[in-house]
This record gives sequence, structure tokens and C-alpha cells, in this order.
Amino acid sequence: MKFKKITILSGHYGSGKTNIAVNFALELKKQVERVAIADIDIVNPYFRTKDSEELFKENGIRLICSPYANSNVDIPALPQEMYSVVDDDTLYSILDVGGDERGALALGRLVPKIKELNNYDMYCVVNVFRPLTRDVESIYQVFSEIENACKLKFTGIINNSNLGLETTEEDVLSSMEIVKEFSKKVNLPFVFTAVSETLYDKLKGKIENLYPLTMQKKL
Amino acid sequence: MANKVLMKGNEAIAEAAIIAGCRHYFGYPITPQTEIAAYMSKKMPKIGGTFLQAESEVAAINMVYGVASTGLRVMTSSSSPGISLKGEGLSYLAGADLPALVVNVQRGGPGLGGIQPSQSDYFQATKGGAHGDFHMLVIAPASVQEMAELTVKGFELADKYRMTTMILADGTLGQMMEPVSLDFDVKPMPEKPWAATGTKMQRKHNIINSLYLKPEELERTNFERFERYKTIEENEVMYEEYLMEDAEVCVTAFGIASRVAKNAIDEARKQGVKVGLIRPITLWPFPTKVFEKYADKVKGFISVELSMGQMIEDVRLAVNGKAPVTLCNRSGGMIPSPEQVLESILKVNNGGNK
Repeated sequence: MKFKKITILSGHYGSGKTNIAVNFALELKKQVERVAIADIDIVNPYFRTKDSEELFKENGIRLICSPYANSNVDIPALPQEMYSVVDDDTLYSILDVGGDERGALALGRLVPKIKELNNYDMYCVVNVFRPLTRDVESIYQVFSEIENACKLKFTGIINNSNLGLETTEEDVLSSMEIVKEFSKKVNLPFVFTAVSETLYDKLKGKIENLYPLTMQKKL
Repeated sequence: MANKVLMKGNEAIAEAAIIAGCRHYFGYPITPQTEIAAYMSKKMPKIGGTFLQAESEVAAINMVYGVASTGLRVMTSSSSPGISLKGEGLSYLAGADLPALVVNVQRGGPGLGGIQPSQSDYFQATKGGAHGDFHMLVIAPASVQEMAELTVKGFELADKYRMTTMILADGTLGQMMEPVSLDFDVKPMPEKPWAATGTKMQRKHNIINSLYLKPEELERTNFERFERYKTIEENEVMYEEYLMEDAEVCVTAFGIASRVAKNAIDEARKQGVKVGLIRPITLWPFPTKVFEKYADKVKGFISVELSMGQMIEDVRLAVNGKAPVTLCNRSGGMIPSPEQVLESILKVNNGGNK
């Protein structure tokens, strides 16, 4: 992957943004010195970037997240340090945004500066096996709600269609057409299709731009 | 494309309710069940249903009472502290013999507690839930698939017996994602001649009420209601047996605790211990008979719970002193580990010694 200064992951909640964000941060760290992963999810108090805190420490990646993440303090708090993703000139960041338009609202605070820097990618993560993003039309609804809420345009589409541990080769293959059609509809590049490392070997050669994902532990 | 979708437990409940024909949802947000309300808010307007975020839990449960009076399928959902607030309404629903579905995605307590999973509302759910002589049907799913299937079943039972079904889940089941198949049959809704749907000047008024001016009359309705409860206890008990045929140790657990227990049982079996699981699916009616069946055959029972030990009281009543019943638990939002359960199994297998 080629990374801009700021890489934003957004999409329907449960589409797998956090998992991709963690993989991106590790990959980015191999390319540049100063890397941060910023969790600006104000919607979901569970399954946070913070779950991988140890991994970031080991790899010298800075974790920016609410001091209340993974605690019983169930309030939509943003980390004060989040401004460093736009204010710190030499810092490269992966931004993990909360699900849907409500999650994208939190990103809005950073958007004027992100636009000014003009050095970002924002990917729409899609899982066609999620009940509210099953077809082009419903994916588009979530997509446009997010853009309207944060006032920032997506720059690419990531296919992360999966059924968790039960995902088969056929499941991934069957998702391709919908995501291709969607990327055509919104006229944005289909960046890659993310699959677990086990499926990667089976699907290699069958799908263009395949991205192997290391799964993050949950709970 | 695969016939399954990847859903959170909370979403599975919401989608299954819609499949079951529920078009009226009233609720008030609380973690860890908020996705039910969020899902309903997105879906209901598209299918001509009603999603209403009430001003409080008390308001929401009374809106449920209103819609239930008309015979339509209706639900609300909350988490532990919110369910306590709904208590008065639950009792009124029972007093008026109204069918409704209420979901409790439990979190740690008492008080405001915390947002991590718990099973400490077992007493509240199974022993009535509020003031007065009454029961709710209490169903405990243990997977996202069951969150969906038992929601449909819950509506059917509620209509059949004119009472509230409570889906008693927990924060883990509500939040975890698993593949779900939503292809299940829904029985047509039964006729509801008692519903307040307008007389069209052709019949007597149907009166929906839980106030009785004469104690004799109130007593009679209570006697009648408990006759119905007896029928339910005879006919509607659901449970799962896992590796019980040759078991010498019996673990019992419901919901998320049963999944931890199964992992521990598989490990113990590898070590040569004959251990099995009884998983109550209906918590009321409690599957007493299956415990009676094994009470003479096993060295002991272990109740695995995310509470200070609540279901264990029903297990002890069912076992009736024929075998020791011990507790393996965590509380306050913590989950027992498979290792902790395994240790309990080995201890009971060794006659109580480590």
C-alpha cells in the first residue's frame, strides 16, 4: 500500500474498519518512522483499537484513543491528542472512525485541516454480508450519509466482505460483483479485497488486488 | 451469494422481530443493547413500521402496553437498569394478560453497574420481574443464531399464552458477531378476539385492564393465570443436553456461560473426565425434570454463572439434595474462563478434592 499522511477508514459499523486499521498501521510503520493509529470512534464502546494496545507498543506505533476506551465510562469522548494527526507535520496516521454517519460526525472536527493539507485517503470499507449493506443501493446510502455527516469525500472502496470465521472462498468471490458495481457507481477506485491469511492462498490469482489481513483478537 | 449474513446479536434480535411481524418498537438507548434500537430506527421507517425513542423506559413499556392491547406484535428492549425501570409496566402487562416481547441484554450490576456482560438479572427475570403474582416466559439464547430464532419463538409463545416473553441475553451475545441464517418459518399470528380493535357496533367492548375492584375477582384471575402457567411448565420447557449420556459430572449454564462451559467440557473430556452439560434454554419454565433425571447418576452439579449464583437456586431445588451443587462464577461484568470451569470440573470429579 502507498499511504498518504492521513488514511481514514470509515463505513457501516461492523464492516471491519478496526481490523484493517490495525493492519495498515503495522504496514505503514515499515515505510515511515513516525506512525499513529487514532481511534475516534464515539459510537461503539467495545472492540476498540485499544484491544491491540500491546501490539502497538511492541511496534513503536503511537495509539491515540479516548482515555475511557474499554472502560465502564460509556460516554462519547474524543482523545485530545487527536489534533496531532493534522498538526504534527511528520506524523503519518491511520484514523479509525466510528460506524455510520454518527461516527463520521466526530471526524468532521478535523476535516477543515485535512482538506487544507490535501494529503489524505478516505476508504469506504464494505462487507456485503452485513444486513444493512447487502446491495449497491444500500451501500450507497451508508456511503452518502457518511460523506454528508463529515463533509469529506471518500477516495476509494475496500471490500472486506466476510462471514467471520465461516467465510469461504465462494463467499468472497460472490461479493466481488456488488463491490465492483458500487465502485463504478461512485466512480472511485476499488482499492483491494481484504481476506484472512488462510483464504489469501486459496484466492490468490483469482481476485485482483488481494490484501491479506491478520485478525485481531476480540475480547 | 451465501444465504447468511454477519450480524451482531442485537441486530439479529431486531431483524428477527421484523420477520416475526413486529412493526412497533419503543425503547430508550442503553449500552449494551443500543444496536437493537439503532437497527429499528433505520429499518422501521422503510417498512411502514413505528420506531419511537421514548422519553424514558417507563414511557416505552407503557407504549408497548398500548399496542399490545390492539393485538399487534410489539416489543421493547433495554439492559439491566432499564429493565428495572420497566418493572411496573411488566406487571401491568401480566395483569392485563397482554402478549409482548421484552429483551434484556444484561450488564453488570447492581446499580448503574457497568457495561460489561452479566447474568445477574436471573432472579429478576424468572421470579416475576416486578410486583404481584406473575411470571414471564424467559428464554436464554446462547448464539447469534439463537438470538434470532428464539425472538421469533418468543413472539409465538407470547401470543399463544397472552403473556410477556423476555429474551434474557447478555452484553457479549448482544455485541458479538456471527453468521446468521434468517430463513425460518414464522407461524401465522393467532386470532386475538380479546384485542381492543373497535367493536364496529357488532360485539361487546373488550376491556384491557389490570385493576379489579373485588378481591374475589382478582383472586380468580390469578388462579386462572397460574393454571395457564402449569400448561406452560408441561409443554414449553426447552433445554440442550451436551455429552450427558455417560456423564459423571454435570455442568449447567445458560447463555454465554454455556459456551465457556462447553470449551471446558471438551478439554476435560480430552483428559478422560466424563462430563456433560445441561443448558437451560427456557429459564422460566425451568427444565426441572432433566435435572431430576440425572440427579441420581452424577457425582455433582456445577452451575457456571456470570453472577453471584442465582440459577444455582433452581438447580438445587431440582436436584433436591440428591447430589452436591457447586458454583463456578464471576461477577460485575467479568466472564469465567474455560480454565476456571475446568478446575471446578476436575474438583467435582475428584469428589470435591483438588
